[in-house]
Amino acid sequence: MQGMSPIVKNMTRLVAGFIVLFGVYIVLYGHMTPGGGFAGGVILAGGLALVVLAFGEEFARKALTHEAAKTADSIGAMLFLLIALLGYAGGVFFTNLLPVGEVGKLFSAGIIAPCNIAIGIKVGAGLFGVFVALAVFRRAGAGSSTGMIEG
Amino acid sequence: MDPVLLLLLVLLGFMLAGSLIAVETRDLLSSVICVGAVGFGTSLVFLLLGAPDLALTQVVVEILVLVVLVRVVITRRDETHATSRATLPVGLVLLALGVMAAIVFGTLATGEDEGLTMRPFGDPLLNEQAEASVMAPAGEKAPEGAPARMPKSAGGAFLAHGLSESQGSRGTGAANYVMGILLDYRAYDTLGEATVVFVAVLGVYAVLRKVGRSRHAGNESDR
Repeated sequence: MQGMSPIVKNMTRLVAGFIVLFGVYIVLYGHMTPGGGFAGGVILAGGLALVVLAFGEEFARKALTHEAAKTADSIGAMLFLLIALLGYAGGVFFTNLLPVGEVGKLFSAGIIAPCNIAIGIKVGAGLFGVFVALAVFRRAGAGSSTGMIEG
Repeated sequence: MDPVLLLLLVLLGFMLAGSLIAVETRDLLSSVICVGAVGFGTSLVFLLLGAPDLALTQVVVEILVLVVLVRVVITRRDETHATSRATLPVGLVLLALGVMAAIVFGTLATGEDEGLTMRPFGDPLLNEQAEASVMAPAGEKAPEGAPARMPKSAGGAFLAHGLSESQGSRGTGAANYVMGILLDYRAYDTLGEATVVFVAVLGVYAVLRKVGRSRHAGNESDR
Protein backbone atom coordinates (compact mmCIF):
# COMPACT_ATOMS: atom_id res chain seq x y z
CA MET A 1 0.00 0.00 0.00
CA GLN A 2 2.01 2.93 -1.30
CA GLY A 3 -0.54 5.68 -0.96
CA MET A 4 -2.51 7.26 -3.72
CA SER A 5 -1.99 9.94 -6.36
CA PRO A 6 -0.99 13.55 -5.49
CA ILE A 7 -4.56 14.68 -6.18
CA VAL A 8 -5.92 12.38 -3.51
CA LYS A 9 -3.16 13.35 -1.09
CA ASN A 10 -3.78 17.06 -1.48
CA MET A 11 -7.54 16.67 -1.17
CA THR A 12 -7.00 14.58 1.95
CA ARG A 13 -4.84 17.33 3.43
CA LEU A 14 -7.67 19.78 2.88
CA VAL A 15 -10.56 17.60 4.01
CA ALA A 16 -9.24 15.36 6.79
CA GLY A 17 -9.13 18.13 9.37
CA PHE A 18 -12.73 19.06 8.77
CA ILE A 19 -13.85 15.45 9.03
CA VAL A 20 -12.12 15.06 12.38
CA LEU A 21 -13.56 18.40 13.51
CA PHE A 22 -17.06 17.21 12.57
CA GLY A 23 -16.48 14.02 14.52
CA VAL A 24 -15.40 15.98 17.58
CA TYR A 25 -18.46 18.21 17.25
CA ILE A 26 -20.78 15.22 17.06
CA VAL A 27 -19.16 13.77 20.20
CA LEU A 28 -19.16 16.99 22.22
CA TYR A 29 -22.71 18.01 21.32
CA GLY A 30 -24.14 14.52 21.69
CA HIS A 31 -26.40 15.53 24.57
CA MET A 32 -28.06 18.24 22.48
CA THR A 33 -28.06 17.20 18.83
CA PRO A 34 -28.43 13.79 17.20
CA GLY A 35 -25.30 11.71 17.27
CA GLY A 36 -23.26 11.10 20.38
CA GLY A 37 -20.21 9.13 21.27
CA PHE A 38 -20.68 6.17 18.97
CA ALA A 39 -21.50 8.06 15.77
CA GLY A 40 -18.83 10.69 16.44
CA GLY A 41 -16.25 8.01 17.16
CA VAL A 42 -17.03 6.28 13.88
CA ILE A 43 -16.60 9.59 12.04
CA LEU A 44 -13.23 10.08 13.74
CA ALA A 45 -12.16 6.58 12.72
CA GLY A 46 -13.34 7.27 9.16
CA GLY A 47 -11.25 10.44 8.94
CA LEU A 48 -8.15 8.65 10.18
CA ALA A 49 -8.82 5.77 7.80
CA LEU A 50 -8.96 8.25 4.94
CA VAL A 51 -5.53 9.58 5.92
CA VAL A 52 -4.06 6.07 6.09
CA LEU A 53 -5.55 5.11 2.73
CA ALA A 54 -4.33 8.26 1.02
CA PHE A 55 -0.81 8.41 2.45
CA GLY A 56 -0.05 4.74 2.52
CA GLU A 57 1.28 2.15 4.86
CA GLU A 58 4.57 3.86 5.70
CA PHE A 59 2.71 6.86 7.08
CA ALA A 60 0.53 4.56 9.12
CA ARG A 61 3.62 2.86 10.59
CA LYS A 62 5.07 6.18 11.67
CA ALA A 63 2.22 8.38 12.82
CA LEU A 64 -1.01 6.43 13.28
CA THR A 65 0.21 3.17 14.66
CA HIS A 66 -1.76 0.20 15.75
CA GLU A 67 -0.26 0.47 19.23
CA ALA A 68 -1.57 4.04 19.59
CA ALA A 69 -5.03 2.85 18.59
CA LYS A 70 -4.87 0.03 21.13
CA THR A 71 -3.79 2.41 23.89
CA ALA A 72 -6.50 4.95 23.09
CA ASP A 73 -9.10 2.19 22.96
CA SER A 74 -8.15 0.98 26.42
CA ILE A 75 -7.99 4.52 27.79
CA GLY A 76 -11.51 5.25 26.50
CA ALA A 77 -12.91 2.08 28.02
CA MET A 78 -11.20 2.77 31.36
CA LEU A 79 -12.45 6.38 31.32
CA PHE A 80 -16.02 5.23 30.83
CA LEU A 81 -15.69 2.68 33.62
CA LEU A 82 -14.10 5.32 35.87
CA ILE A 83 -17.04 7.68 35.32
CA ALA A 84 -19.37 4.82 36.16
CA LEU A 85 -17.42 3.98 39.34
CA LEU A 86 -17.36 7.62 40.42
CA GLY A 87 -21.12 7.27 40.64
CA TYR A 88 -20.59 5.29 43.84
CA ALA A 89 -19.66 8.58 45.51
CA GLY A 90 -23.30 9.53 45.08
CA GLY A 91 -24.74 6.17 46.02
CA VAL A 92 -25.04 3.88 43.02
CA PHE A 93 -23.25 2.92 39.83
CA PHE A 94 -23.57 5.63 37.16
CA THR A 95 -25.05 8.28 39.45
CA ASN A 96 -25.24 11.60 37.64
CA LEU A 97 -23.02 13.51 40.04
CA LEU A 98 -22.12 16.58 38.04
CA PRO A 99 -24.43 19.60 38.02
CA VAL A 100 -27.18 19.24 35.48
CA GLY A 101 -27.11 22.84 34.33
CA GLU A 102 -29.45 24.43 31.88
CA VAL A 103 -31.03 22.36 29.12
CA GLY A 104 -29.56 23.24 25.74
CA LYS A 105 -26.24 24.63 26.92
CA LEU A 106 -22.93 22.90 26.14
CA PHE A 107 -22.00 22.46 29.80
CA SER A 108 -25.11 20.65 30.88
CA ALA A 109 -26.44 17.16 31.42
CA GLY A 110 -23.91 16.14 34.06
CA ILE A 111 -21.97 12.99 33.25
CA ILE A 112 -23.53 12.52 29.82
CA ALA A 113 -20.99 14.71 28.03
CA PRO A 114 -17.92 13.05 29.66
CA CYS A 115 -19.43 9.64 28.92
CA ASN A 116 -19.87 10.66 25.29
CA ILE A 117 -16.23 11.74 25.11
CA ALA A 118 -15.06 8.44 26.60
CA ILE A 119 -17.21 6.41 24.23
CA GLY A 120 -16.06 8.55 21.31
CA ILE A 121 -12.39 7.85 22.09
CA LYS A 122 -13.11 4.18 22.63
CA VAL A 123 -15.16 3.55 19.50
CA GLY A 124 -13.00 5.74 17.27
CA ALA A 125 -9.74 4.13 18.36
CA GLY A 126 -11.24 0.64 18.30
CA LEU A 127 -12.65 0.87 14.79
CA PHE A 128 -9.52 2.59 13.50
CA GLY A 129 -7.45 -0.19 15.05
CA VAL A 130 -9.58 -2.77 13.27
CA PHE A 131 -9.13 -0.87 10.02
CA VAL A 132 -5.36 -0.75 10.45
CA ALA A 133 -5.34 -4.44 11.32
CA LEU A 134 -7.24 -5.28 8.15
CA ALA A 135 -5.29 -2.93 5.90
CA VAL A 136 -1.72 -3.25 7.18
CA PHE A 137 -1.29 -6.50 9.04
CA ARG A 138 -1.41 -8.87 6.15
CA ARG A 139 1.23 -6.95 4.23
CA ALA A 140 3.45 -7.23 7.27
CA GLY A 141 3.25 -11.00 7.05
CA ALA A 142 4.62 -11.08 3.52
CA GLY A 143 5.07 -14.47 1.95
CA SER A 144 1.79 -15.89 3.12
CA SER A 145 -0.22 -12.77 2.53
CA THR A 146 -3.65 -14.30 2.14
CA GLY A 147 -3.03 -16.75 4.93
CA MET A 148 -2.98 -13.92 7.44
CA ILE A 149 -6.56 -13.01 6.70
CA GLU A 150 -7.98 -16.42 6.18
CA GLY A 151 -5.93 -18.35 8.69
CA MET B 1 -51.62 8.31 0.02
CA ASP B 2 -49.30 9.82 2.55
CA PRO B 3 -46.16 11.03 0.70
CA VAL B 4 -43.87 9.79 3.49
CA LEU B 5 -45.45 6.35 3.31
CA LEU B 6 -45.05 6.38 -0.46
CA LEU B 7 -41.39 7.34 -0.13
CA LEU B 8 -40.89 4.58 2.44
CA LEU B 9 -42.40 2.02 0.10
CA VAL B 10 -40.16 3.17 -2.74
CA LEU B 11 -37.15 2.91 -0.43
CA LEU B 12 -38.22 -0.55 0.69
CA GLY B 13 -38.45 -1.66 -2.92
CA PHE B 14 -35.02 -0.22 -3.59
CA MET B 15 -33.52 -2.01 -0.59
CA LEU B 16 -35.23 -5.25 -1.57
CA ALA B 17 -33.79 -5.04 -5.07
CA GLY B 18 -30.36 -4.20 -3.66
CA SER B 19 -30.43 -7.18 -1.30
CA LEU B 20 -31.44 -9.54 -4.07
CA ILE B 21 -28.70 -8.29 -6.37
CA ALA B 22 -26.16 -8.48 -3.56
CA VAL B 23 -27.02 -12.12 -2.96
CA GLU B 24 -27.30 -13.20 -6.56
CA THR B 25 -24.54 -11.31 -8.39
CA ARG B 26 -21.32 -13.13 -9.24
CA ASP B 27 -19.03 -10.12 -8.98
CA LEU B 28 -17.90 -9.58 -5.39
CA LEU B 29 -17.41 -5.83 -5.80
CA SER B 30 -20.95 -5.36 -7.16
CA SER B 31 -22.24 -7.34 -4.22
CA VAL B 32 -20.40 -5.12 -1.72
CA ILE B 33 -21.69 -1.96 -3.39
CA CYS B 34 -25.25 -3.28 -3.32
CA VAL B 35 -24.91 -4.00 0.40
CA GLY B 36 -23.80 -0.39 0.82
CA ALA B 37 -26.83 0.85 -1.10
CA VAL B 38 -29.10 -1.16 1.18
CA GLY B 39 -27.37 0.39 4.19
CA PHE B 40 -27.92 3.91 2.93
CA GLY B 41 -31.55 3.06 2.21
CA THR B 42 -31.88 1.90 5.82
CA SER B 43 -30.42 5.20 6.97
CA LEU B 44 -32.98 7.15 4.93
CA VAL B 45 -35.78 5.03 6.36
CA PHE B 46 -34.59 5.83 9.89
CA LEU B 47 -34.53 9.51 9.01
CA LEU B 48 -38.04 9.45 7.59
CA LEU B 49 -39.39 7.61 10.62
CA GLY B 50 -37.99 10.30 12.91
CA ALA B 51 -34.85 8.67 14.35
CA PRO B 52 -32.00 11.04 13.40
CA ASP B 53 -29.59 9.52 15.93
CA LEU B 54 -29.92 6.10 14.38
CA ALA B 55 -29.80 7.52 10.86
CA LEU B 56 -26.52 9.31 11.58
CA THR B 57 -24.95 6.25 13.20
CA GLN B 58 -26.14 4.00 10.38
CA VAL B 59 -24.73 6.24 7.64
CA VAL B 60 -21.29 6.70 9.21
CA VAL B 61 -20.93 3.01 10.08
CA GLU B 62 -22.03 2.15 6.56
CA ILE B 63 -19.37 4.44 5.05
CA LEU B 64 -16.57 2.92 7.15
CA VAL B 65 -17.68 -0.66 6.53
CA LEU B 66 -18.02 0.03 2.82
CA VAL B 67 -14.50 1.49 2.64
CA VAL B 68 -13.05 -1.54 4.43
CA LEU B 69 -15.02 -4.03 2.33
CA VAL B 70 -14.19 -2.36 -0.98
CA ARG B 71 -10.53 -2.26 -0.01
CA VAL B 72 -10.51 -5.93 0.94
CA VAL B 73 -12.32 -6.89 -2.27
CA ILE B 74 -10.06 -4.81 -4.52
CA THR B 75 -6.80 -6.03 -3.02
CA ARG B 76 -7.93 -9.63 -3.20
CA ARG B 77 -7.11 -10.65 -6.70
CA ASP B 78 -8.47 -14.14 -6.63
CA GLU B 79 -11.75 -14.82 -8.35
CA THR B 80 -14.46 -16.36 -6.31
CA HIS B 81 -15.49 -19.58 -7.88
CA ALA B 82 -19.17 -19.60 -8.34
CA THR B 83 -20.43 -22.83 -6.89
CA SER B 84 -23.45 -24.31 -8.52
CA ARG B 85 -26.03 -24.59 -5.83
CA ALA B 86 -29.20 -26.51 -5.97
CA THR B 87 -32.18 -24.37 -6.85
CA LEU B 88 -34.61 -23.85 -4.03
CA PRO B 89 -37.69 -26.01 -4.05
CA VAL B 90 -40.56 -24.30 -5.80
CA GLY B 91 -42.83 -24.82 -2.83
CA LEU B 92 -40.45 -22.97 -0.52
CA VAL B 93 -40.27 -20.02 -2.90
CA LEU B 94 -44.06 -19.93 -3.17
CA LEU B 95 -44.36 -20.06 0.62
CA ALA B 96 -41.93 -17.17 1.01
CA LEU B 97 -43.77 -15.14 -1.62
CA GLY B 98 -47.04 -15.84 0.12
CA VAL B 99 -45.71 -14.71 3.51
CA MET B 100 -44.31 -11.58 1.90
CA ALA B 101 -47.59 -10.80 0.17
CA ALA B 102 -49.43 -11.27 3.46
CA ILE B 103 -47.07 -8.87 5.23
CA VAL B 104 -47.38 -6.27 2.49
CA PHE B 105 -51.15 -6.60 2.48
CA GLY B 106 -51.22 -6.36 6.25
CA THR B 107 -49.06 -3.28 6.40
CA LEU B 108 -50.97 -1.52 3.67
CA ALA B 109 -54.35 -2.19 5.23
CA THR B 110 -55.36 0.50 7.69
CA GLY B 111 -56.14 -0.87 11.12
CA GLU B 112 -59.38 0.99 11.67
CA ASP B 113 -61.37 -1.89 13.10
CA GLU B 114 -58.67 -3.24 15.45
CA GLY B 115 -59.16 -6.70 14.09
CA LEU B 116 -56.43 -8.94 12.77
CA THR B 117 -55.05 -6.14 10.62
CA MET B 118 -51.61 -4.89 11.40
CA ARG B 119 -50.71 -1.38 12.37
CA PRO B 120 -50.15 0.82 9.30
CA PHE B 121 -46.53 1.00 8.32
CA GLY B 122 -44.72 3.98 9.78
CA ASP B 123 -47.30 4.57 12.47
CA PRO B 124 -45.55 3.59 15.68
CA LEU B 125 -47.21 3.17 19.03
CA LEU B 126 -45.83 6.57 19.97
CA ASN B 127 -48.76 8.29 18.29
CA GLU B 128 -51.30 6.63 20.52
CA GLN B 129 -52.53 8.56 23.51
CA ALA B 130 -53.40 7.37 26.98
CA GLU B 131 -54.31 8.87 30.31
CA ALA B 132 -51.24 10.29 32.01
CA SER B 133 -52.08 8.62 35.31
CA VAL B 134 -52.01 5.23 33.62
CA MET B 135 -48.48 5.75 32.36
CA ALA B 136 -46.92 6.77 35.65
CA PRO B 137 -44.85 4.10 37.43
CA ALA B 138 -46.64 1.99 39.99
CA GLY B 139 -47.21 3.74 43.28
CA GLU B 140 -46.58 7.20 41.91
CA LYS B 141 -48.92 9.93 40.89
CA ALA B 142 -48.75 11.59 37.54
CA PRO B 143 -46.43 14.58 37.67
CA GLU B 144 -47.94 17.95 38.21
CA GLY B 145 -48.33 20.10 35.18
CA ALA B 146 -48.40 17.13 32.86
CA PRO B 147 -51.08 17.07 30.22
CA ALA B 148 -53.97 14.73 30.87
CA ARG B 149 -53.13 12.53 27.89
CA MET B 150 -49.65 11.24 27.22
CA PRO B 151 -48.05 9.24 24.42
CA LYS B 152 -48.61 5.56 25.06
CA SER B 153 -45.35 3.89 24.18
CA ALA B 154 -42.38 2.09 25.64
CA GLY B 155 -40.95 5.46 26.62
CA GLY B 156 -44.28 6.88 27.68
CA ALA B 157 -43.47 6.99 31.37
CA PHE B 158 -40.19 8.71 30.66
CA LEU B 159 -41.84 11.23 28.38
CA ALA B 160 -44.55 11.86 30.94
CA HIS B 161 -42.03 12.48 33.68
CA GLY B 162 -39.96 14.56 31.33
CA LEU B 163 -42.45 17.31 31.95
CA SER B 164 -41.97 17.35 35.70
CA GLU B 165 -39.29 19.41 37.34
CA SER B 166 -36.81 16.85 38.59
CA GLN B 167 -37.07 14.02 36.10
CA GLY B 168 -36.93 13.36 32.41
CA SER B 169 -35.20 15.93 30.29
CA ARG B 170 -34.92 18.42 33.11
CA GLY B 171 -33.57 15.71 35.36
CA THR B 172 -30.75 14.71 33.05
CA GLY B 173 -30.28 18.14 31.53
CA ALA B 174 -29.89 16.65 28.08
CA ALA B 175 -31.82 18.32 25.31
CA ASN B 176 -31.43 15.11 23.31
CA TYR B 177 -33.84 12.60 24.88
CA VAL B 178 -32.02 9.67 23.32
CA MET B 179 -28.75 10.53 25.04
CA GLY B 180 -30.60 11.20 28.28
CA ILE B 181 -31.83 7.63 28.21
CA LEU B 182 -28.68 6.02 26.81
CA LEU B 183 -26.18 7.61 29.15
CA ASP B 184 -28.19 8.37 32.26
CA TYR B 185 -31.27 6.20 32.71
CA ARG B 186 -29.86 3.19 30.89
CA ALA B 187 -26.13 3.92 31.17
CA TYR B 188 -25.57 0.37 32.37
CA ASP B 189 -26.79 -0.96 29.01
CA THR B 190 -24.46 1.43 27.24
CA LEU B 191 -21.58 0.09 29.33
CA GLY B 192 -22.49 -3.38 28.14
CA GLU B 193 -22.64 -2.19 24.56
CA ALA B 194 -19.21 -0.57 24.89
CA THR B 195 -17.93 -3.85 26.29
CA VAL B 196 -19.32 -5.69 23.28
CA VAL B 197 -17.46 -3.33 20.94
CA PHE B 198 -14.29 -3.76 23.01
CA VAL B 199 -14.47 -7.55 22.90
CA ALA B 200 -15.17 -7.46 19.15
CA VAL B 201 -12.08 -5.32 18.56
CA LEU B 202 -10.04 -7.68 20.74
CA GLY B 203 -11.31 -10.58 18.67
CA VAL B 204 -10.21 -8.90 15.44
CA TYR B 205 -6.75 -8.27 16.90
CA ALA B 206 -6.49 -11.87 18.04
CA VAL B 207 -7.46 -13.27 14.64
CA LEU B 208 -5.28 -10.91 12.59
CA ARG B 209 -2.28 -10.68 14.90
CA LYS B 210 1.25 -11.04 13.69
CA VAL B 211 3.06 -11.70 16.95
CA GLY B 212 3.41 -15.33 17.88
CA ARG B 213 2.36 -16.64 14.50
CA SER B 214 4.89 -18.04 12.07
CA ARG B 215 4.16 -19.28 8.61
CA HIS B 216 3.76 -22.87 9.70
CA ALA B 217 2.20 -22.16 13.04
CA GLY B 218 -1.21 -23.05 11.66
CA ASN B 219 -0.07 -26.54 10.74
CA GLU B 220 1.45 -27.17 14.11
CA SER B 221 -1.52 -26.00 16.06
CA ASP B 222 -3.72 -28.28 14.05
CA ARG B 223 -2.07 -31.35 15.47
